[in-house]
Amino acid sequence: MLAMDYRGPRRVRIENKPMPTLQHPRDAIVRVTRSCICGSDLHLYHGMVPDTRVGMTFGHEFCGVVEEVGPGVENLKAGDHVLVPFNIACGQCHFCKQGLFGNCHESNAQATAVGGIFGYSHTAGGYDGGQAEYVRVPYADFGPTIIPDWMDPDDAVLLTDVVPTGYQAAEMGGIQEGDTVVVFGAGPIGLLAARCAWLFGAGRVIVVDHHEYRLDFARTYCPAEVYDFREIGDPVVFLKKITDIGADVCIDAVGADASGNAWHTIFGKKLKLEAGNAVPLHWAINSVKKGGVVSIVGVYGPTGNMVPIGNVVNKGITIRANQASVKRLLPRLIEHVREGRIDPKAIIPPCAAGGRGGGLPPVLVQA
Amino acid sequence: MTQSKRADDAAAQAPDARHPRIDPATVVGWGVDADPDNDPTWPMRDRSKDDGPGMAWTPPAAQVADVEVLQSVEHLRRPAVVGQSTPPSGLSGLIRRKAFGFSESQWGHWLMLMLADRVNTVEGVLDDVVRGRPPNLLVEMGVVKRSRSKEAAVATAAVLGLGVALVVLARRRRG
Repeated sequence: MLAMDYRGPRRVRIENKPMPTLQHPRDAIVRVTRSCICGSDLHLYHGMVPDTRVGMTFGHEFCGVVEEVGPGVENLKAGDHVLVPFNIACGQCHFCKQGLFGNCHESNAQATAVGGIFGYSHTAGGYDGGQAEYVRVPYADFGPTIIPDWMDPDDAVLLTDVVPTGYQAAEMGGIQEGDTVVVFGAGPIGLLAARCAWLFGAGRVIVVDHHEYRLDFARTYCPAEVYDFREIGDPVVFLKKITDIGADVCIDAVGADASGNAWHTIFGKKLKLEAGNAVPLHWAINSVKKGGVVSIVGVYGPTGNMVPIGNVVNKGITIRANQASVKRLLPRLIEHVREGRIDPKAIIPPCAAGGRGGGLPPVLVQA
Repeated sequence: MTQSKRADDAAAQAPDARHPRIDPATVVGWGVDADPDNDPTWPMRDRSKDDGPGMAWTPPAAQVADVEVLQSVEHLRRPAVVGQSTPPSGLSGLIRRKAFGFSESQWGHWLMLMLADRVNTVEGVLDDVVRGRPPNLLVEMGVVKRSRSKEAAVATAAVLGLGVALVVLARRRRG
């Protein structure tokens, strides 16, 4: 089968690889019909995540058709169209019982700090991902969800990570009616976080980024009040001035590959002495009001970052963070898509969707 | 002008026509998930679902791995399922095995893994060369489109050949 093949920082190619096989009674093999490149794949691609091995296949956002199931999988059968949450979760450990499906303790031998994730280095379990024609899906009796007949597959694939992560970013903010919410980053996750902040009753939603085309899209899609951080001087001072006292909730929807501060760029991205560039987190901590909430869904490496932790103490900030618990959120999110409150596929740019209307074009083509 | 002064000036004009503030009343679905009890918010410990301290749950059936799987020293036992992609091998594998002697809390663990990743990149290139298929670096790095991969391969080979020739020439001169 054809699959993406990682060869080292900034080097990938398409390779013929062996078909995946069932390795556990609860496994399934899924033929991939839609697969995305996540912003967090860039952290792997840039060589920022430890234990990213040459020969690995990335891809944790995918949906497809079940080809084969193990004897322990009774709720799926060959031919079912499924969306596969990016978390690999057993559904029965201490953490899964709490709904913490991103923290499963039965899916990652290499690390205890994170559960298994498809195609996301050996630090996240060493599973090949879905940027391939076929993929092994562990705990297939728990994770995959059958795609409703009415749902567009472009919407389905975005429910595997982007939408739940954006929604959970807003949820973890504990947004109350009338709250001011600042979202750092207008990528797919930031767009969904801002969109979902309204669902929780936000009174004002502000998005900060430096890509004009993203900010233009955020203005109408979220919709949000948008600012280019290159035009507002010190973003923390600016945000405090326009909110009088600081935001109630700040969301870091960027993570390790951020821009905006030379110090963090040199130490985090170039020298890799930090776990990436933590400038959005820095801004979030300093922009939120005293007693406010900082919600983190941006992905950072497992080492350390220079952030103003003293200000967290002095301001009495609550920090909420996690990998999205996709399976927990899916029922509500499917309802939101059905009711038209969230339109996931609208974030796919026309150039990627073949001019729209025709769905995503195939990306794996024999070299 | 200082960054703070620029921020002051920008804030004096915001929001404006270019950065309009959104009226929540115009937003589809506004407040449908509003929940005054969501404060503090998820993730919260649900004691009704606690199964006591430690690893008290019934584990899933254990996968029998047929490749080497490195394991964090912080695990009490191997998790039930494991990934079998790209098992450790070569010099990078040796470094990875050493790294897994340290806990996830030790910088040595992560820095050794980063070192192993870089060594692994070189191993990957050497492996390609040994297989008689030198990597097409310009295409793999996205410098050249895949539709022009043959030209890129020739250019890469020419540059690499020239480099090797220059090194050989320099060594002969020195000799």
